[in-house]
Amino acid sequence: MNEMTVDPNLTAVALRSDRFRLEREADWARLEQIVTQMEKGRSKRLSDEDVLALPTLYRTLLSSLSIARENSLDAGLIDYLEGLSLRSYFLVYGTQTSFGRWLKEFFGGGWSRAIRAIQLEIWIALFVMVAGAVVGYALVAGDSDWFYALVPGQFADVRVPGASEEALRGTLFGSEDQEGLGVFAAYLFSNNAQVAILAFALGFAFAIPSILLLIHNLALLGAMLWVFAQRGLTVEFVGWLSIHGTTELFAILLAGAAGIHVGRAIAFPRDKSHLAAASAAGKRAALVMVGVIIMLICAGLLEGFARQLVDNTAGRYAVGYGILLFWLIYFIGAGRKHREDGT
Amino acid sequence: MTDNTAAEPWVRRTATPKLDRIMVSPEGVPLNVTVAAAGARAGALALDIVIILSMIFFVTIACLLVLWGFGVAFAGNPEEFNGPLGVLAVIWIISVFLFRNAYFLYFELGDRAATWGKRAVGIRVAARDGGRLTAEAVIARNIVRDVELFLPLVFLMQTSTQETASSFTAWAGFIWVLMFLLFPLFNKDRLRGGDLIAGTWVIQNVKKGLGDIVAPTAATQSEDETNPASRYEFSEEDLSVYGEYELQTLENVLRTGSEEALETVAASICQKIGWQPGTGDERIFLEAYYTALRARLERGMRFGKRRKDKYSQTE
Repeated sequence: MNEMTVDPNLTAVALRSDRFRLEREADWARLEQIVTQMEKGRSKRLSDEDVLALPTLYRTLLSSLSIARENSLDAGLIDYLEGLSLRSYFLVYGTQTSFGRWLKEFFGGGWSRAIRAIQLEIWIALFVMVAGAVVGYALVAGDSDWFYALVPGQFADVRVPGASEEALRGTLFGSEDQEGLGVFAAYLFSNNAQVAILAFALGFAFAIPSILLLIHNLALLGAMLWVFAQRGLTVEFVGWLSIHGTTELFAILLAGAAGIHVGRAIAFPRDKSHLAAASAAGKRAALVMVGVIIMLICAGLLEGFARQLVDNTAGRYAVGYGILLFWLIYFIGAGRKHREDGT
Repeated sequence: MTDNTAAEPWVRRTATPKLDRIMVSPEGVPLNVTVAAAGARAGALALDIVIILSMIFFVTIACLLVLWGFGVAFAGNPEEFNGPLGVLAVIWIISVFLFRNAYFLYFELGDRAATWGKRAVGIRVAARDGGRLTAEAVIARNIVRDVELFLPLVFLMQTSTQETASSFTAWAGFIWVLMFLLFPLFNKDRLRGGDLIAGTWVIQNVKKGLGDIVAPTAATQSEDETNPASRYEFSEEDLSVYGEYELQTLENVLRTGSEEALETVAASICQKIGWQPGTGDERIFLEAYYTALRARLERGMRFGKRRKDKYSQTE
């Protein structure tokens, strides 16, 4: 502080700790004013100097707090400094990335890196899903009554064991009402997204519910596959499924894998504490889950529009597997260079 | 960091010491935080649910109004009616999905890291390790909310409307709801499932103004001979009877106490140090005593000697 501007009070106070306070009070008040503005969501109204001063004022405040704790017995002062430190700490270390910047980082490689980080769980989930489909197929092949146990009523309109080829073919090609496509797509997305969130969030309970959910969903698929295979429609059914299913099943696979990842971290935390392992895995899995939601939006659009508009099997295969190839290239390739630069 | 065992003198003790924690900032300065009580969490959640439900309600009403408008407009030819109906249904489905999932995300990613409900009860989300609260953490803690809260709610509504649900499923669902809803009560940091996975916790906001200097009249005593406070001079023995706890109690009385409280405290101090209590200038006496006592104790502090209260002795 400048000699000329010393407050006359300063020379007169009896206590050293009060002098300490009077010397710094102005900085604290300025910081408090900045913090209050920012908390009210008015950070745009702050001047550039104020924004630039925030980190410096914050660190000065922390050192004031440390000094005050060792030198002052003014409980009111220390309480004030504690409170202001915490408030400015949350602003200085807040969620600083803007949404746009976060999104750019996410698509520019963060998403792919998170997926590559849970590779092991993806293989586990894939194995579980394939096993589920095989079990579903085998069960219904052995005794067709299993079909009714596996498939809930809403799906099983005409697609039941013993249905005629005509009826089944009708469900695969061109029967949908063109008007309702948009609604259908939105409904499918909302529904599938909740299933995927469920598959992830259940991983919490040591991954077992996630695995069961994957098995159940794929057993349903296997059972359905058997019904169509009985009438020689395997290729057509797979095409009908592939156009959106490659994206949707991939998304559900990733969601399940993310759930298993969290569950595995809680059950076997290795050298970290259970809580630390859970939170590290949870954050990685959350990135994967944002991606899953995006994939499900794509799948919903494909299912609602493209499947009804592309009415032949070859086209369906082309669209479905083209998109799958795109996902694979993106997940395996994106963000690799970035990582090398970063380390 | 949740180390609460450190016997540092600056560790704050609030009315609920079980919820007091120390969080070390990245600069290495330990900060006192208080974990939000379960009641505050429940209150905030209830408020948020009411807000979400009313937003859904308003969107539904708006959709119905538009629908009614279209119904009037297309009264003649109902075939053309399907187009706008579809668009409206898409808007409704998407906005319900967003309200349900994005409401918490949007607000907890903001500067205050709190939804409207949390703001109303004065709590916020923070990273448990004292680091930055990341977007991933906020996403993770809110994705799990779906299983903790909405799924059981939907389940409960379904079982209560469907008569066919067996009592076993109803009970299983009930236990499920209780397990997740009461999870915060079974750990000391009041973490719910989502907090556990995201590495976050919910803590109380603090907002304290800087009070005035405690003893302004006594502050100038050393300079000004005419100051009434300088009439009092205390010997070492007079000042050695109390510790920091008593000093801060006295500070509290000086900051907020009534005249009556001042009189009582002045009388008890006089009795303790063997003075005759005067009348009329209790405040000036107390401020002088406070300043002298604080000067003595702070001098001790600078040499690393602290005295917790009147029962403890400085070594």
